[in-house]
This record gives sequence, structure tokens and C-alpha cells, in this order.
Amino acid sequence: MSSSIQQYIDIYKQFGARIDTASSPVFNALRPAALAALEGRRMPVKGDENYEVSDLEAIYAPDYGINIDRLAATADTDEPFRCDVPNLSTSLYYVFNDTYPHAQQKLPGGVVVTSMNDATYHEIVSRHYGTIAPADNPQVALNTLLAQDGMLVYIPAGVVVERPIQLVNLLRANSPLMTNRRMLIIVETGAQAKMLVCDHTQSADTDFLNTQVVEIIVGENATFDYYDLEEASERTHRVSSLWVRQAAGSNVLVNGITLMNGTTRNDYHIDIDGQHAETSLLGMAIANNTQHIDNHTYIGHNVGYCHSNELFKYVLDDDATGAFTGKILVAAGSPRTEAYQSNRNICASSRAKMYTKPQLEIYTDDVKCGHGATVGQLDQDAMFYMQTRGISCQEARTLLMQAFMSDIIDGVRLEALRDRLRHLVEKRFAGTLAQCRNCTASQSCHTRIKKK
Amino acid sequence: MLEIHDLHAQIEGKEILKGINLTVKPGEVHAIMGPNGSGKSTLASVLAGNPAFTVTGGSVTFYGKDLLAMSPEDRSHEGLFLSFQYPVEIPGVSMVNFMRAAINEKRKYYGQEPLSASDFLKLMREKRSIVELDNKLASRSVNEGFSGGEKKRNEIFQMAMLEPRLSILDETDSGLDIDALRTVAGGVNKLKTADNATIVITHYQRLLDYIKPDFVHVLYKGRIVKTDGPQLALVLEEKGYDWIKQEFDSLKG
Repeated sequence: MSSSIQQYIDIYKQFGARIDTASSPVFNALRPAALAALEGRRMPVKGDENYEVSDLEAIYAPDYGINIDRLAATADTDEPFRCDVPNLSTSLYYVFNDTYPHAQQKLPGGVVVTSMNDATYHEIVSRHYGTIAPADNPQVALNTLLAQDGMLVYIPAGVVVERPIQLVNLLRANSPLMTNRRMLIIVETGAQAKMLVCDHTQSADTDFLNTQVVEIIVGENATFDYYDLEEASERTHRVSSLWVRQAAGSNVLVNGITLMNGTTRNDYHIDIDGQHAETSLLGMAIANNTQHIDNHTYIGHNVGYCHSNELFKYVLDDDATGAFTGKILVAAGSPRTEAYQSNRNICASSRAKMYTKPQLEIYTDDVKCGHGATVGQLDQDAMFYMQTRGISCQEARTLLMQAFMSDIIDGVRLEALRDRLRHLVEKRFAGTLAQCRNCTASQSCHTRIKKK
Repeated sequence: MLEIHDLHAQIEGKEILKGINLTVKPGEVHAIMGPNGSGKSTLASVLAGNPAFTVTGGSVTFYGKDLLAMSPEDRSHEGLFLSFQYPVEIPGVSMVNFMRAAINEKRKYYGQEPLSASDFLKLMREKRSIVELDNKLASRSVNEGFSGGEKKRNEIFQMAMLEPRLSILDETDSGLDIDALRTVAGGVNKLKTADNATIVITHYQRLLDYIKPDFVHVLYKGRIVKTDGPQLALVLEEKGYDWIKQEFDSLKG
């Protein structure tokens, strides 16, 4: 059986020593197990459970270059980044392809943000690396086999980080490139932090495959916000998975925003392991042309007395495809669980396709759970109402689509980022999605005049 | 300003308007009355350009231009305004953004620069006072959670902002208590000039006590079957529509 994985196994078998030389022993230690998990397997294809519309085999199949010798990347930091957030002061780090910066100094309170290859923090990385993401998941295993660098974010117990930590991931290359990114985030007991990760592609004409595995450990009574913003290119393929373990009394917000992409598969997997924890999982996707966005989410209520709230919204135009899977598992012996999930979608063209699969599995009595999913079009009554006030069909569409996303934006717990997102979403809709075909090609925005 | 000639319109294959003729001149107030299902609201919708209706015949000119060839937004720019019987709630779109978009698109249509933020807010304040619209409502989403009366006030507020040449008030009195009715009608009267005109669509004489019509038309089965001065409204209030129906139906019969 031919599998897209084989070429990566071959690369590892041929260049394993060179891969190891350029990365931390912590990364190297897990490679043999990752190799064992991959041998004889293939990536999921369309139709496999949990991959109903995403063909990972096809995503991994092309021949991408890998920077195994860690040649210095030459990204252009002078280019004004679209994720520049005015009025938001962040501790800002640039990541070029998959090479991470080594911190020159600690942040206040002993907070560490540095490359996982930084030998100073070898001990803490080795203690947690690979402990959250499941080693037998083929996406995770392949990333583990090839990843050579990543970002460590460590917030010591009780430290409240006022300044959000911002990572700007940049893809830049002249020939097709695969990057394998890794993150390990540890938020200890009682600590608080917010993080913004922006994915950008600077070389719009190059094909990229960007794989990423993010592991997040949130301690008791800790609070952590993670904003995951993709504003890449139409030739960027992203396979990302984020794995969270939440301890008792913790409060976690994950907001996954896809503003511009090519093909994206995101897994957001949150396990709640301690009582009285709160989880918000939000997401927004805007796609047109032939863009593809598949968000697969899982929230595991493994203990009782926790509250989770999940909301994902999509606006799809042209031939775009969206998929959402939302699985909530309430394990046996998890009383007083409250879990709500909602997925709302607008297909702005007749060719756009949305697949949604809400799943609730409940093995405990005395819980409050709800889920709902809708797929619809823009409200025609509202469109007409606005037009009678002189607002053009195009502008009315933009206003309505923006309004549709407003509760996701309102869920952002950073005011400056909220304002910025509102602006970015407006620009996104005004720029590409509001090409009001209805106003020009067809006459559906006009009174149809049919003479006898 | 408005010439409607033999207008026919249908929805989902069902003919509702069966040959409407109506002429409106600047400074006039026309009342259109009629029993339920006679086509009053359809006429308003068709004039405003609602895509749900299909015009199957006739013509409408507005200041010499072919109204039916225009998009709803251009009809608005040209000075046509429809106050909705059921104003639409638009969650997530603030009144301020909504009105700013409306005002600035009209300005663009006439080659004017967008209004500055401070001038715009000043304009909002000034016009709000005409219908005593609460500032709190102006900062909310369009019509979301507004009471019936607040929605109608909001319609007249928008009318004040847009300064139309022809306003069509579609059952603006429905769902209003007497105080709200007075406020709304007062707002309409304040906006009245010798250059603009109003078409008032209503079931009842009540509103016409406040907004005095020059002409009263009765719409029945998709046609204007009777036109007279304001006294016709009083007759209708007293005698109902049955005598008109009989007159019309026997004529046809």
C-alpha cells in the first residue's frame, strides 16, 4: 500500500542523524516511538471517521522541502505585518518557518518564552514534551518524527502576566516547504496569561505544508487565553492540533480564527481533569474561492462540576468547503456538568458546502447539555430593509456577515484585539467576500421586471 | 413627482396588483385605505423594490425617471422612503453603523464626501429629538429588542435622517398606543414641507386625525376603486368597506 507517510519515513531513515544533530535531545528521544507509530500506516482520507471531508493523504503527499540542517531563514520582518495590533502592547516573538528565537532574558516574574532547544530549560521541556498529545495519532507522530524546534512558554505558579504574549509565525520560501512546528505551554497553579499566535505566509506563490502540535498544561485555578489566528495564503496547507489539559478551578479560552487560508485542518482537543473548571472554545472561519476549513473539536468532561461553552461560526462563499465536528464527552461520574455547543453557518453562495457534526456523549445523570447546528443564508428581509435605506447590496452583505461574527469577536478577552479583529473581519468581507454577485450577475437584489 | 400607470405585480405567481393608477404631486398627502388583503402593503413593497414581488405590467416614474428599473438603494437615494409595517431586527448591526452607512452612501451617490464623525453624531442627535427617540436605542442593534412603538419611532427617525422627497408610511399606526401615535404623527408633520409628499397606508381614520390627507383612496382587489377628499375616510370609519365592496363587485358582476 502506498502511503504519503512513506516518503517521510524514508527521509528520517536516510537523514535521521542530521535531523537529530540540529535539535534538542528531548525531540530526538521521542522519534523512535513516533517512527514505530507510523510504519505501515497511512494518513486519514476522506470518509474516515472524524475526517469526513478532509483528505490528509493528499495534503501530505506532495514533495516538500524540509530544512533539516536548520539553515537560517531569511524572512522579511520589515514588511508591515497584517497582524500588527495597534494599542496592544505584547511581548512579541517572530518565528521564521519553523525556527524559534532563543530568549535573551526572562520576562518579569520568571516567565519564560524561548526555543524548546534552549538548553537552559531542557529539564522542564523533557518533563512535559509529548505527554499531552497522543503519540499514536498519525498527525502528531509525523510531527514528532520530524520536528526540530518549538516554543516553550512557561508561566510559574501565581504569576499574572499582564502583557499578552504574541507569536508571529512567518512562512517564507522560494520552493515548496514543509515546516513542523511545536509548542509547549505550561501555566502553573494560579498563574494567568494570554497568548496570541498569528500564522502568516509571506510567499504567496509558494506551496507550504505547515504542521503544528501544541500542548498546553493549565494548572489549578490558572487562567489562560489562547488566540489562534490564521491569515495565511491560498497555497498554505495547515494541519494543526492543540491539546489541552485543564486542572481544577482553571479557566481556559481557546479561540481559533481562520481569516485567510488554503487548506486547513485544526484539531482542538481539551480535557478537563479537575472540578470547577471553565472552558470556552470559540472559532470563526471565513472562506471563499476553493478554500477548505475543517475544525475538529473535542471537549472531555472527565470530572463533574465543570462548565464548557463552545461556539463556532463559518461564512463560506464561492466554492469554499467548511467542516465542523464538535464532540463533547461527559464521562461517567461527572455530575453537574454544564456543556453547551453551537455551530452556526452561512453559505453565501449556492456552491459553498458546509458539513457539521455535533456530537454529545453523556454517561452521567444530572447534567445540563445542549447543542445545535444551523446552515443558512443571509437574512433577505434584513438585506432589503438596509437597501431601502440606501445601503448598497454589497455593503449590506458586509454589515450582515460582520454582525454574524460579532459574538465570536465579543468573546475575545482583550479589548485591543477585539477592535483589531473587527477591523480585519470587515476588511476580509469587504475585500473579497462582498463581491456581490447578486447585485450584478443576477437580479436577485432588484425587483424582477418581467414584461408580459 | 410620482406617476403610477396601470401597475400589475405578483408574488409566487399570484397577481396582487391588478392595474394601479396614482399620481402624487409635491406637497400632497395621500391616504390609501382598504380592507385586509387588498394589496396596500404590496403596493408599498413594489414601490420600494422588494425582490419578492414581480412587476408584470405598467410603469412607475419618479421625477421623470423609471423607478422600476432602479435598485432599492437607488430608489432611496432618489428620495423614496418606506416606513415598514414590520421593521426588521438586525442583531449585531448597530444603529450608528447602519445610519452612517445609509447617510454616506447617499452622499456618495451625489458625489459628496462622507460626513465627519462629529457632524454625523450631531445630525443623529438633532433628528432623534424629532421623534423623541431615546439615545439608548440609538446605540443598540437595529430594532433589536425594541418595543412596537420604539420600532415605529425608529422608522420616522430614519426618515428624518434621510430627508426623502416621497415617504410611504405602511401602517405606521399599527401597534401604537395613543401617545406613541401622537409622537410619531407629530414627527411626520414636522418633516412635512411644500416640496415633499407622503403616502399614508392605514386601516383606520385614527392616524388621519393627526396626518391630514388631501386625498383618500380605497384599494380593493388590487385596484384603486374610489378616490375622494378627506371626508371619505370619515365615511369609511362609519360605514366600513362593505358598501364599496358591493359597489365594486356588482359593477364587475
